[in-house]
Amino acid sequence: MYRIITKQRLHETVTRMEVEAPLVARKARPGQFIILRIDEAGERIPLTIADYDREKGTVTVIFQKVGATTNRLDALNQGESILDFAGPLGKPSDLEGKSGKKIAVIGGGLGIAIAYPQAKALHQAGADVDILVGFRSTSLFILVDELSSACKNLIVMTDDGSNGNKGFVTTALEDQIRAGVKYDEVIAIGPLPMMRAVCNLTRQYGIPTVVSMNPIMIDGTGMCGGCRLTVGGETKFACVDGPDFDGHLVDFDEAIARSRMYRREEAESMERHTCNLMKRGEM
Amino acid sequence: MPNMDLKKTPAVEQDPMVRRGNFEEVSQGYTPELARTEAERCLSCKHKPCMAGCPVNVRIPEFIQCIRQGNLPEAYAVLRSTNNLPAICGRVCPQENQCESKCVRGVRGEPVAIGRLERFVADWAMAEENRDKIPAVQTAPSNGKKVAVVGSGPAGLTCAGDLAKLGYDVTVFEALHTPGGVLVYGIPEFRLPKALVRREIATVEALGVKIITNAVVGRIASLDELMEEEGFDAVFVGSGAGLPNFQNIPGENLNGVYSANEFLTRINLMKAYSFPKVDTPIRIGKDVAVIGGGNVAMDAARCAKRLGAENVYIVYRRSKAELPARAEEVHHAREEGVLFRLLCNPVRINGDENGSVQSMECVEMELGEPDASGRRRPIAKKGSEFVLKVQTVVVAIGNSPNPLIKNTTPGLATRKWGGIIADEETGATSKPNVYAGGDAVTGAATVILAMGAGKKAAAAIHESLNDK
Repeated sequence: MYRIITKQRLHETVTRMEVEAPLVARKARPGQFIILRIDEAGERIPLTIADYDREKGTVTVIFQKVGATTNRLDALNQGESILDFAGPLGKPSDLEGKSGKKIAVIGGGLGIAIAYPQAKALHQAGADVDILVGFRSTSLFILVDELSSACKNLIVMTDDGSNGNKGFVTTALEDQIRAGVKYDEVIAIGPLPMMRAVCNLTRQYGIPTVVSMNPIMIDGTGMCGGCRLTVGGETKFACVDGPDFDGHLVDFDEAIARSRMYRREEAESMERHTCNLMKRGEM
Repeated sequence: MPNMDLKKTPAVEQDPMVRRGNFEEVSQGYTPELARTEAERCLSCKHKPCMAGCPVNVRIPEFIQCIRQGNLPEAYAVLRSTNNLPAICGRVCPQENQCESKCVRGVRGEPVAIGRLERFVADWAMAEENRDKIPAVQTAPSNGKKVAVVGSGPAGLTCAGDLAKLGYDVTVFEALHTPGGVLVYGIPEFRLPKALVRREIATVEALGVKIITNAVVGRIASLDELMEEEGFDAVFVGSGAGLPNFQNIPGENLNGVYSANEFLTRINLMKAYSFPKVDTPIRIGKDVAVIGGGNVAMDAARCAKRLGAENVYIVYRRSKAELPARAEEVHHAREEGVLFRLLCNPVRINGDENGSVQSMECVEMELGEPDASGRRRPIAKKGSEFVLKVQTVVVAIGNSPNPLIKNTTPGLATRKWGGIIADEETGATSKPNVYAGGDAVTGAATVILAMGAGKKAAAAIHESLNDK
């Protein structure tokens, strides 16, 4: 059992949890993920490691309530426990030799939580980091203070323009490039359509771009192949070959289709979960 | 007088028409009377040819003699003295190629049903009411030496059990949330009930073996770190062949195409057949094609049938004679209505506008000259392409070893296809104090061969550490 040390709602649908998992904390590095299972009936889901504390033996995850499992996870409180919590899985992000490089870290939606540890590590490694993030609205802002301390230049966009900066992250990136900023590398983390849009843009300018893939997984150790995707015409497993890949080589259309495989079942599961919560009088 | 019936005493089986709708065990085994009758068929040969066919050296005539004498506690003690997992072996060993193939009764008629008798004794010992009749397994006093075992499948559990009996402090690291490896994620409930696997593992834990789940070696610690920082004197790697192979034909990444590992893991480990009571879903079409002809393919096909598929096809490129699956599994699959498309090879999987499987294009094959494996090589018949309407495809064409240990262990020699190079008799690898066995070394094989390798490695580890 893995105890929840702290729980904090970042906003209505996004929650941060610090979980006691000393074996994972001891080896965790930015870019890696864990797989958790809430209880005996639970499914295994991957979540990116947002932070870790080797001394305390804790690992922090940030998740958005999108389906039955994340909703059930969000219903757990500080002091309660998660049945299974395995990791660190996947290859760590490549942070070698980044000192002095001009790097744009781009996050969209929950991807911002995942981009944060990478940006922080790059910033600490001496890279010249710009962070470009997009939210739907100011009411959905998360981690803005943390982000600004992990870069030289933070640009926050909103879909509705409620912070006075209307547009997508791609708008911001293109503005930067046109204004003469020369990026050595772009790291894009977020929903698949956003990563695809960033890659389409950086391809035109020839800027190497790394994306972090988060497909459906079961074991997370290379066993099931459920997380496979096509990269440069070859089949790769996100769990052991990734999760970071050269964004210009990823077949996003296929990845988007695969992410929708269990839509119907996810809705059914969600409906069942909501019914259960109502029975317990929690909604 | 021995029972000179030429045929094996049949075991009680669920009716095929009933069982294809449930996940309960197909074979219900022997009653005490049936077991006694079958035990009477054993001639207690002095030279014990059957034992030579057993990778873990079960003293077969001795335990059968105990059944004849009605002494089941002793029969179990004889089994357990060399086999840590008899209830499992009695169910999933390919006895027809091993012990039973050497039985003299098989020269004229059928061999003694050794597997069914082994299962009978193990099941008797597992029953709650018989627990206190079983003599405790003798373990040596602690010798203060620590051994780490990577993977809790058949190889790892056997190695761990044998070392614990010899007085070692053994810790097993399991990557998944439940111990058992392929016994829990791969082999379905109707062939190997999971409650039984749990009980069998509990008997290994009762020897003092510690099992840590959710522990991915290579990630939480490398083999070097286990030995240098965690104080383990030796490591046994039994991490299995867990990386699924694909055919590399167009359409394999469409929705509805599963590796057999994913398909079976969703069903066996995650219990997707109980969705939405459990959270893990599985998608089964009305028509399902399973590519491959081994035991795993049969398991997948029979699961698909149980999950409600109307037409389930085994698509295999060679003929019936070359099917690698056990004869009994093929027989059971046929009985349950699985359709065999033999001499047939998939060339492409077609999808609809949403990226879901719609059909599979195949080509008919014919057998040519024998290839390197000695089997006649299948050759495509020109112009014989046809389309099979399916919505689900399960690829069951084998697995390669997981590269995680290889990639995180400098100095560990491996073969081109990823298998760890280990001495056949000792399991010793190119790295000092590191041993390996089972599918991680051989590629996908059988439970009992993995157990045999675990056993040999335990003996070799003991010999090496005992000298120090």
